[in-house]
Amino acid sequence: MDVFLQTLVAGVLKGGLYALIGIGMTLIMGVMGIINLAHGQLMMLAMYVTFVLNTMGVDPYFSLFVAMPLLFLLGVGLQKFLLNPLIKADTILPENQVLMTVGIGMALTEIVRFGFTSDYKYITTTYSNETFFLGKISFSMALTIAFGIAIAFTVAMFFFLIKTDLGRSIRATAQDKDAATLMGVNTGRITVITFGLGSALVAAAGCLLAPVYYIFPDLGGPFTAKAFIITILGGLGSTVGAIFGGVTLGLAESMGATYFGMEYEDIIGLTIFVLVLLFLPGGFKRLTKV
Amino acid sequence: MKKNLLPILLLAVLAAVPLVLQDNYYLHLLILFLMWVVIGSAWNLIAGYTGQVSFGDAAFFGCGAYTAGLLATHFGVSTWWGLALGGFTAVAVGLPFGWICFRMRGAYFALATLALNEVLRHGATIAEGFTGGMVGILIMPSFVSKIPYYYIALALAAASLASLQWVVRSKPGYYFVSIREDQDAAESLGIDTHLYKMLSLAYAAFWTGMAGALYMNYMGFIDPHVVFNLHDISIMAILVGIVGGVGTVYGPAVGAFVMVTVQEMFRSGFFGLFKWLGAVSGSDSLVRVAAVLTQAHVLGFGLLVVVVILFLPNGIVGDWPKIRKRVFRLDAGA
Amino acid sequence: MAYFQVDKLVKYFGGLAAVNGVSFEVAQGEIFGLIGPNGSGKTTTFNMISGYHRPTSGKVFFQGREIHRLPTHKICHLGIGRTFQVVKPLGRMTVLDNVIAAAYSRVSTHHKAREEALRAIEFCGLMPVKDVLAKSLPIAGRKRLEITRAMATQPKLLLLDETAAGLNPTELVEAIDLIQKIRANGTTIIIIEHIMHVIMTISDRIHAINFGQTIAEGTPKKVAANQAVIEAYLGTDYA
Ligand SMILES: Nc1ncnc2c1ncn2[C@@H]1O[C@H](COP(=O)(O)OP(=O)(O)OP(=O)(O)O)[C@@H](O)[C@H]1O
Ligand SMILES: [Mg+2]
Repeated sequence: MDVFLQTLVAGVLKGGLYALIGIGMTLIMGVMGIINLAHGQLMMLAMYVTFVLNTMGVDPYFSLFVAMPLLFLLGVGLQKFLLNPLIKADTILPENQVLMTVGIGMALTEIVRFGFTSDYKYITTTYSNETFFLGKISFSMALTIAFGIAIAFTVAMFFFLIKTDLGRSIRATAQDKDAATLMGVNTGRITVITFGLGSALVAAAGCLLAPVYYIFPDLGGPFTAKAFIITILGGLGSTVGAIFGGVTLGLAESMGATYFGMEYEDIIGLTIFVLVLLFLPGGFKRLTKV
Repeated sequence: MKKNLLPILLLAVLAAVPLVLQDNYYLHLLILFLMWVVIGSAWNLIAGYTGQVSFGDAAFFGCGAYTAGLLATHFGVSTWWGLALGGFTAVAVGLPFGWICFRMRGAYFALATLALNEVLRHGATIAEGFTGGMVGILIMPSFVSKIPYYYIALALAAASLASLQWVVRSKPGYYFVSIREDQDAAESLGIDTHLYKMLSLAYAAFWTGMAGALYMNYMGFIDPHVVFNLHDISIMAILVGIVGGVGTVYGPAVGAFVMVTVQEMFRSGFFGLFKWLGAVSGSDSLVRVAAVLTQAHVLGFGLLVVVVILFLPNGIVGDWPKIRKRVFRLDAGA
Repeated sequence: MAYFQVDKLVKYFGGLAAVNGVSFEVAQGEIFGLIGPNGSGKTTTFNMISGYHRPTSGKVFFQGREIHRLPTHKICHLGIGRTFQVVKPLGRMTVLDNVIAAAYSRVSTHHKAREEALRAIEFCGLMPVKDVLAKSLPIAGRKRLEITRAMATQPKLLLLDETAAGLNPTELVEAIDLIQKIRANGTTIIIIEHIMHVIMTISDRIHAINFGQTIAEGTPKKVAANQAVIEAYLGTDYA
């Protein structure tokens, strides 16, 4: 029972971070109708920002204030100069934008590899390995803090989407781009802002993950896959769904690691993907719309 | 008939190459080029003609390669049997997969192919007892000389192009393009879009699997990372398809030529240009540039994806009018 | 049993009943008009007949056969052709290739398909633009291509969805001519049309719906005089 509870706690904590990754992805998905296959790579970049700042003595949590704006700007640039021009181009392949994100992801990974080699980097903080106990269950300090901040961001994001004009415009664009355009929403600008926001959110996840994870250029790919699975699980374009999907994946992974073995972590995600594909294909509806 | 003259002439020239050129290095590059013609054309049929973009060609490539390799290691069968069977294994994997994915439209298929490749890669890694896991499969090559491989590859490439040409000019070809242009319209014209997407996938899987089996035979070594590789196989296939020309018969052949050259350029540091320059000028930094370049091929691929999609989304052949206009205008300005 | 019949068709989109119990019969060789204000469920009815939407309930019969569970392509092969209100040209194919793709539903060699396609193109008057890319056609051309393509599938029953909308007066006359020519050829037609004088002149009988429900059926004259139809089109104030 204790093992089970422990696994449950670990899964939920991890799930909070996954939710943050998933929300960024799902926002982009909703507004542009494409899967961003550079999502994990953007997170990787944020982790390196955190790493560099840390070597200069900056605390990972404080680097949130640097990494998020930086990644926001990068996201804005990517959308504006690389993705938006594709919308107008007359091309045969419908998946050009997705393909573009693949190219961006590859380039980001390799550029980072040039700067930092493929070696694993670690950020060690006083709390990296600290744990506290509630009853017999141990909580990782860093993951608990990360969970708290992730929840805060998620809630803030909700208020932003529901209460602010900009947030409403984003939701309108996600629901029906043409209608939104007719209502006077500048959808071009919205896509740019959304990509920026999505990148900033995944950057936050990167900063929070950095103290408890190892950092290397190739971690982008697996995390893109996770983000992808989360969004599918939760129903594409749905913010609430992303939270649900994130926690489910977190739980599934930690259950899998406890009861099957560590090496099955990746397989679990894939299995979920295949199961959704087989039994819940309707979740993809959003994708087909654009 | 006149239209077919150029390809036939080219085939004749390529067939004569080993008579004059026996340098292993160039033969090796040509074999790779021919292999990529096969893969690129197959990708082009499903993506460029049918509009169902595959991001996971490596899955079918790997199926073919492993079929050949496993036949040899487990049954002692000549790996050449695998050449034929490899294609069919890929089809056997592709059809149920397509049946599931094509129920939904849009990017669904593209993303699922990525997942399929991951599933197979993990599968091949975990099933150690059967596939050799991470260690991979090593076989004795059948020939010492590269020339037999060259002719086999040439035959495959020629056959794949001929079949492609035949397919796109007959009923399935019209149906594939109709599906790409508008699925609803296609259905209303009596086209079973689900069936024809599956046929298109089967065709692509078959030839990609054949190419995989050829790779196993020729290179003599595979492991999960080599054949189920996102960058070196799946993305390369897309680049070959796009650079040459989406939805054109000979585009991918052009693309294969360009991409194999580019790949080799990175691998060899611009064919040793920088090394040579460094040696001549005695400059250390040039030598370092050469070393960096050889490591940069994935970066090069990534940037190439970005640049090609941005400026040549329909490829050299597909965007030829655009290229010509640009160049022409440049001339007029000068 | 009637040549073609829809029986109590119902289609819900979520909570919205787009079509709510529509029934009618069409005789062989007839031009049957389907009218109704915007959003009254005409296109949805066509989509159910041609297999794009499964009816929530109700049935469709063609030549004595239940067809509402068949996929779209099978319905085409049975001999029901359709055009789309929002035209769907195969943009990067030439007009000829568009029609060849359609002709392949009846023949299998390229030679025959081309022959059939050219015949349909000639019949519908698209010869001058046959080698033009479909996406570069103006709207009138695209509407005509819709009809040509449907004709190349050799339909016994043709569903025309607002093929006259957006045409100028000359084009309108040509469109009416074409429709009459198609009927003279032996094809039964169900036509949706907003332009009243078009539908009134060419239909043998008209079926009017509003909010997914039948409000009138009969000869053009009778329907035009019907109180419910006038109210639906002009609003109660004018009635
Ligand atoms: N795929 C769909 N999903 C949800 N609602 C739909 C769908 N298709 C149609 N509707 C709704 O069903 C109702 C009927 O639409 P339909 O297109 O059949 O009207 P129509 O009579 O063809 O109108 P128009 O004259 O404007 O073409 C409308 O309210 C429309 O918004
Ligand atoms: Mg309508």
